[in-house]
Amino acid sequence: MTPTPSIFAPLLIASLAVFAWGCWKRLSLISLGQPENRSDNIGTRFGDMLRYAFCQKRVVAKPFGFNHFIIFWSFLILIIANTEFILNGLFPHTVKLVKLPFELYVPLAFMIDIASLLALIAVTVAAVRRIFSPPYPEARTLEAFFILGLIATLMLASFGLNATELAAYMFKSGADPASFITTAQRIMPISAQVAWVLPQMYLGAIHTAAWWAHALALMAFICYLPNSKHMHILTAIPNCFFHRLEKPNTQPREKFAVGNTFGVGTVDRYSWKDLLDSFSCTECGRCQNVCPASITGKPLNPRALIHDIKVNLLENGAALKKGGTVQTPLIGGGGEGSVSEDSIWSCTTCGACMEACPVLIEQMPKIIQLRRHLVESEAKFPEELLNLFENMEGRSNPWGIAPSERTKWCSQLDIKPFDKNTTEYLFFVGCAGSFDSRNKHVSIAMSQLLDKAGVSWGILGKDEKCCGDSVRRLGNEYVFDKMARENVATFIERGVKKVITQCPHCFTTLKNDYQQYGLELEVIHHSELLRNLVQDGRLVMDKTTGEMGTTVFHDSCYLGRHNDIYDAPRAVIEMATGQAPSEMERNRNNAFCCGAGGGRMWMEEHVGERINLTRVNEALTQKPDTICVACPYCLTMFEDGLKDVKADNVKVRDVAEVMAEALLR
Amino acid sequence: MLIVVCIKQVPDTTQVQIDPVTNTLVRDGIPFIVNPYDTHALEEALRLKDRFGCKVAAISMGPPNAEGTLKKALALGVDYAILLSDRVFGGADTLATSNVLAAAIAKLHTEVDEVVLVLCGKQTIDGDTAQVGPGIASRLDYRQLTLVDKIVNLDLPAKKIRVSRKLEGRHEIVDAPLPAMLTVVRELNRPRYPRVQMRLAAADTVVEVWNNQILQLDEQKIGLKGSPTWVSKIFSPERDKGEILGDGYADPAGTAALLIDKLMAKDMLPL
Repeated sequence: MTPTPSIFAPLLIASLAVFAWGCWKRLSLISLGQPENRSDNIGTRFGDMLRYAFCQKRVVAKPFGFNHFIIFWSFLILIIANTEFILNGLFPHTVKLVKLPFELYVPLAFMIDIASLLALIAVTVAAVRRIFSPPYPEARTLEAFFILGLIATLMLASFGLNATELAAYMFKSGADPASFITTAQRIMPISAQVAWVLPQMYLGAIHTAAWWAHALALMAFICYLPNSKHMHILTAIPNCFFHRLEKPNTQPREKFAVGNTFGVGTVDRYSWKDLLDSFSCTECGRCQNVCPASITGKPLNPRALIHDIKVNLLENGAALKKGGTVQTPLIGGGGEGSVSEDSIWSCTTCGACMEACPVLIEQMPKIIQLRRHLVESEAKFPEELLNLFENMEGRSNPWGIAPSERTKWCSQLDIKPFDKNTTEYLFFVGCAGSFDSRNKHVSIAMSQLLDKAGVSWGILGKDEKCCGDSVRRLGNEYVFDKMARENVATFIERGVKKVITQCPHCFTTLKNDYQQYGLELEVIHHSELLRNLVQDGRLVMDKTTGEMGTTVFHDSCYLGRHNDIYDAPRAVIEMATGQAPSEMERNRNNAFCCGAGGGRMWMEEHVGERINLTRVNEALTQKPDTICVACPYCLTMFEDGLKDVKADNVKVRDVAEVMAEALLR
Repeated sequence: MLIVVCIKQVPDTTQVQIDPVTNTLVRDGIPFIVNPYDTHALEEALRLKDRFGCKVAAISMGPPNAEGTLKKALALGVDYAILLSDRVFGGADTLATSNVLAAAIAKLHTEVDEVVLVLCGKQTIDGDTAQVGPGIASRLDYRQLTLVDKIVNLDLPAKKIRVSRKLEGRHEIVDAPLPAMLTVVRELNRPRYPRVQMRLAAADTVVEVWNNQILQLDEQKIGLKGSPTWVSKIFSPERDKGEILGDGYADPAGTAALLIDKLMAKDMLPL
């Protein structure tokens, strides 16, 4: 009844070699990535690692997440048991937990026994779930069931092992079985139950079988781990540690000099952290289940994107290490390991994938890097973007309207130009607010509210230029860089310090992107300003409007997820209507995109269901009279969507219009 | 073999205003663009370069700041960019302009490579004469094929070209021997977008400038002196100021009715 070290040791050494080789093979590829500093704020990083990796904050937030939590913590506990097992296998009878002091041994053995049972139950639940209600349809892979089966085998074998040892001890000591089991149950409740039913004559054979089953399963697990998606067991924890601390609402600047490359055209152009991400993906599918492109049948699937980056790295790694040419193209190769151009252009940059990922993988920035390569290095992009790019560069607005018409919206109003000596706020109207006929009404409402509240404000007029949000998210960093530098120079020259925007895209670009150009502005979204004006008593809400009927609020991605502003627009609606807006099923940080972000506003939607229709239908289930928004793109997308579903009786209003209705009409 | 594209820097006409006092274009602060038709000529030349491997030269006559237009051409992939710039070229009408351009093309032909095609936009959006392209063809004695919307066939060894011309309500397929001068319409192609590497390289390139010391043209045939026509006055046509009717946002149906009444009263809606 003893393990055979002469057989076990060489097998173990071989499997550890396979493990080490697998780890080396993959992790050494990470060093192919570009440098990126992810070692700042160690304290915060450590805290986030505890929160997201060890406490599994995001994992447990969704159904079946707790199941994973149990497997994770069982594994941590069972590391002790498996270390004992391996050492005992190499040096029989020397290393046994039972040799520990009794007060330490009893709780430890109890914990291990319970953890084994919980793990067994959890993997059974996971397998059943994967059969009957998989997280996503393609999730029923052989690999998934193999690993679940392997874990179950480990647990069953360890019960067999402990039970036979208990039974052998019982028979050897000649103790009364009933009282022995009663005592043993307090130490190893499950194994003791199993020990009770074991026949004495087969104990040796069962022990040997269980021992080798456990040994082989363990070694199989060790070999398999670094060569599969279960590598996340090793990489997810450091991945959480090295995650991007600031919100991913900007993209890094590029250096424009002859000889530089732009964006990511081959996998080694990604940063080392991007490559670590690809090895940390568990393929849980939560990203694809929240992705507006995936849900509406577009070719983009964030899970597949990360998988393809990993496969590409594995296939091209050896060649890239030698400085050779790649076999599998990263973009447009058509097979596994290659990302299609269509999927790259499907992204709305809404950030839902990143909000959902339990191990903090950064999917969206990787797409923008691919866009940068396509636009800047290959000049390849959907043809409708050609006009957009030229309009932005030539006339500084998406439609190519003459810049002299930027002030037409206020030609009938008495609006003062911004003057640094006399004006407090710059009202940055934005392209939609200046040129789009529907959104001009929001600008007018806003200007009237600002006047009523006695705010000191002015506009740049014809000197205002597009902030450049769309071109940056579309990967045209070269043009964005030009626009940003011009705008930053204007802001500095005009002495602008405080800015009001009515567009979350202007908001985030001025506030976050321009920081990279050394411009620190105090940017306030109009929903926040309006709320503050009421709270400070500068706008007196002496009556509410019934005009809006029942309202539902739609979160803009760049206001909500990308900038954490959720309450202000809701507060404005409640102040103006006397009632909080109702909530859609997906709201706040789980809100579903309108479909216009990331430059998608300027592109056709050829494939699948339209994203705005999906969202409009979701809003309509709340039976609203008015859908409230806080973004000009959302406004356009909802109005278009409502026309498509012929819901003419439902209105779409910006929060400023809602408040103006209560205060001014 | 060499393809020459003639391009012109023009003010972005959507942003041009006319000074009511001097009756001249207010050019201060108005951005310049490449004449839109010329961008299609440039694109076609670059496509022929991709297909046949011939070289492309872009030439432009204008003030020193027209260098920007040629840098855009360089960013798109032309091999040579030459600015024809000299005070004595100034004030030229279409005849004097075509004299300078033709001389430059002739010089390229003898000094660089055999010119097989000259491509121009059908007209510029500032002058709108559509005469410079044909003028060049006449000066050089090239076949002139105007309003081309498709190059149906180009046979360089046999020195033959077949093009489709877009005319009012019909298309004409025309054969001609090379060398030929084509003026092109927008339907010909979709211009490409420059790669950043090329833009950066173009920005660092010094555009070659040919003045009249290099071209050695008779001063009576160029510039103001060589121009039998001149602009005596520029003005915006008077237009009655429009009015805003109703409020289409608050009352779309009522406003539409108002509009219909108005149009019917002016007999503009035959019912």
